[in-house]
Amino acid sequence: MSTNGLIGKSVKRVEDKRFITGKGNYTDDIILPQQTYACFVRSIYAHARIISVDVSEAKGMPGVVAVFTGADLAEINGVPCGWQVNFKNGDTMKEPKHPLLVADKTRHVGDAIVVVIAETREQATDAAEAVNVEYEELPCVTDAFKAVQPGAPLVHDDVANNICFDWTLGNPIGEVNDAMSKAAHITSLEYVNQRMVPNAIEPRSYNSSYDAATEKYTLYTSSQNPHLIRLLMCAFVLGIPEHKVRVVSPDVGGGFGSKIFHYTEEALLTWCTKKIGRPVKWTAERSESFVTDAHGRDHVTHAEMGFDSAGKILALRIKTYANLGGYLSTFGSCVPTYLHGTLLQGLYTTPKINIDLTAVFTHTTPVDAYRGAGRPEATYLLERLIDLAALEMNMDPAELRFKNFIPPFDGVNQPGYQTQVALQYDSGNYEGVLQKGLEMLNYADVRKAQKEAANNGKLIGVGFSTYVEACGIAPSAVVGALGCRAGLFEVGQVRVQPTGKVSVFTGAHSHGQGHETTFAQVVADKLGIGLDDVEIIHGDSDSVAFGMGTYGSRSLAVGGSAIVKSIEKIIEKGKKIAAHKLEAGADDIEFASGRFTVKGTDKSIGFGEIALTAYVPHVYPKDLEPGLDFSSFYDPANFTYPFGCHIAVVEVDKETGKVTLKRFIAVDDVGNVINPMIVEGQIHGGVVQGIGQALFEGAEYDEQGQLTNASYMDYCMPRADDFPMFETGRQVTPCPHNPLGVKGAGEAGTIGSAPAIVNAVIDALWSGGHKVKDIRMPLTPERVWKAMTTS
Amino acid sequence: MSIRINITVNGVKYNHLVEPRLLLVTYLRDVLRLTGTHVGCDTSSCGACTIHVNGKATKSCTLLAVQADGCEVTTIEGLMLNGELHPLQEGFKECHGLQCGFCTPGMIMTAADLLQHNANPTEEEIRHALEGNFCRCTGYHNIVKSVQFAANKMKTQVAVSGGQ
Repeated sequence: MSTNGLIGKSVKRVEDKRFITGKGNYTDDIILPQQTYACFVRSIYAHARIISVDVSEAKGMPGVVAVFTGADLAEINGVPCGWQVNFKNGDTMKEPKHPLLVADKTRHVGDAIVVVIAETREQATDAAEAVNVEYEELPCVTDAFKAVQPGAPLVHDDVANNICFDWTLGNPIGEVNDAMSKAAHITSLEYVNQRMVPNAIEPRSYNSSYDAATEKYTLYTSSQNPHLIRLLMCAFVLGIPEHKVRVVSPDVGGGFGSKIFHYTEEALLTWCTKKIGRPVKWTAERSESFVTDAHGRDHVTHAEMGFDSAGKILALRIKTYANLGGYLSTFGSCVPTYLHGTLLQGLYTTPKINIDLTAVFTHTTPVDAYRGAGRPEATYLLERLIDLAALEMNMDPAELRFKNFIPPFDGVNQPGYQTQVALQYDSGNYEGVLQKGLEMLNYADVRKAQKEAANNGKLIGVGFSTYVEACGIAPSAVVGALGCRAGLFEVGQVRVQPTGKVSVFTGAHSHGQGHETTFAQVVADKLGIGLDDVEIIHGDSDSVAFGMGTYGSRSLAVGGSAIVKSIEKIIEKGKKIAAHKLEAGADDIEFASGRFTVKGTDKSIGFGEIALTAYVPHVYPKDLEPGLDFSSFYDPANFTYPFGCHIAVVEVDKETGKVTLKRFIAVDDVGNVINPMIVEGQIHGGVVQGIGQALFEGAEYDEQGQLTNASYMDYCMPRADDFPMFETGRQVTPCPHNPLGVKGAGEAGTIGSAPAIVNAVIDALWSGGHKVKDIRMPLTPERVWKAMTTS
Repeated sequence: MSIRINITVNGVKYNHLVEPRLLLVTYLRDVLRLTGTHVGCDTSSCGACTIHVNGKATKSCTLLAVQADGCEVTTIEGLMLNGELHPLQEGFKECHGLQCGFCTPGMIMTAADLLQHNANPTEEEIRHALEGNFCRCTGYHNIVKSVQFAANKMKTQVAVSGGQ
């Protein structure tokens, strides 16, 4: 197919101008005629029975338009879960109602009890203050392991032991135990992969309105997937007809997973707007975001990796308790299972693997996908174990990896790699990324410097992390068989206008990823036209036919492929029109660099003229419809499997335990790259979120179930002065099963980075004789100092 | 009870009756409809609301509109000069210093303050100056480069105009 060189070029982003001049359009920027504002009364207790709710005073406050409680919504469904996981015995998971407003019992701090709607934000806030809720506080449990113990307080009365489901994957446990019993060395770790707060800088915001004349709703929502929200809200919660609902996600200020889910407030505001006949807007305050945006991670894990005497991995055995929070969030059930358990092969030839997982309700904010979603947890598990095993067996951690890597396979000449945990990797060259990382690091020099430092009483550490992940989510039939209640295809429509300009409608959604540039590059390249001649339209269910949205690093691999399919249809039709005009057979027409040419001649016609002819069909093939506008659905053949190698060099201050990141190297293979600048930016941002988990961040609940660091004064966000400049490298192993050969880059940075940091700190401590196995993330100076001084 | 304020924003004089508790950022966003200034937190921590008040970078969520009475305010909408992008705006585009764009206006306004005081900042000084502005997308790497780009460009401009 034709190319004008735009694919592969670091084109500057076309969307930037509106953002750098203050002309972005985020949901909270929108004020509708007759606008009202909502404020929520939320539970101050993690677990409490609601004795009474008195809204009489609030209703009489200035500017108050309406007040609704859980009692008003008794007949309304809760928000659904999108993925069904079954118990080991085949029973379906426990799916208690997640109501829009709670009427009986609160199940986490921040659970919404009352919504107050008023003329202004301030009036709504004042009136919410006047609502009187009488509670009976009940005992609570926030830790997944403690929640399954006998006698633990129940989150839902009908969910025994708080277990939503138990689940296993991999080889039969007997086989794994046998293999483990033959191991010359077993490395084991008990650790916590702590709970993270996603913290998109734009707080969640919704503005819902209803037009009684047309009986049509419009919901503006800071969502990563407007069509999915429409589907879930219409079909499962409110029972309103989908064609009478328009959902728009305008500019969205970061998502990182937390804006995938269908939140109670979206449906509630949509219910309210019809009741009051006016638009209702709500934007979370940051303190509300902390306790109501779905959190990420939160696993308690015991993992063992068995090796033979030469260092070959024989077996991997895992027991994990995954915290789901107070309710099942939209994809809460699939994150610890099919996005985590399925990645436990890693890049290694481990022949026997078994994971046993218990998914648990607790009195905490619901947990769901956060950048990486399950794959960071899997990578952390594997990469901490293998680095620690190297220390324990006195082997080099890079050498130990080389010994165990799956050999290179391109998925074309060599088949994909079938794992022990259900997936088939598409293509990979794992040695390549580690080799490149070692070269960038100057490994021998760094080890030498580490030794010298140790002799001078300084602690330098080198930590590795090699990862493989699954993205380009996902083949519908495969995920359907695993319990997903949706298809995970994508839609791409390419509309060539009569003048040859092109409007592209995609079901993917950009909230920072730069689709308006990358997708335009693909289209302009394939059609041989200028970047300025293409516009990418996304985020509006009334203009984009359908879509599944953006998550799981799927936009280009799935959404981009749908666009390419439509481009192919455009070119095919263009050839027929050109053949007619040039008096040749359609098979004799070739398309390159924006021109249709009769093969072997200099007879040709430009793309623009074909576009015009399609809409002014005076001289036109008899049986061909006018117009040049095609839509395609693309359902991927497989997941895509990016991989890479991250290396951290740290210095640990012996006196204070403070970790200073000296270098960070990221070599990522995300398949073919459309815009290297954008891909690198994705890696940088992802890496910082992973390092954030390793060194700074983490939700901290106290015994009463209060999130004690629910503000930016208390939750340690990564800042500009915490980091050096990053060193990035790239290897390209194309994806063999999608037309662009791309794999996805949105989450790779986060998936790879956290274990590299922790491994580096552990390595630094061992270099000083402190044989510490684990330090709980985040590695604060206090924790590192304690680990050092007690070992 | 409302209070009358006189305020100049991006060179335009305004006169409004406002509630005493109205935050300056809400005044800019909801009254003047200058929505380029964003709100990312409620503790003056994230910096998304950073503007210039009398030439100094200020978090507008921490100031009441009445406190800005008589002040000169510049927001991101007022940064372009004669239809040209400010070197920082250009730098952020050239160096991919933004992704979702939500923190960008505040980030640019903070960096503009830095470059007014320090035309030649080191990487460390840039990182330190931006420490009160959160970005969740970029990992700060390209933001630092964007500010370096702007600093270089502004030096060149000064050199050129100085030579004329």
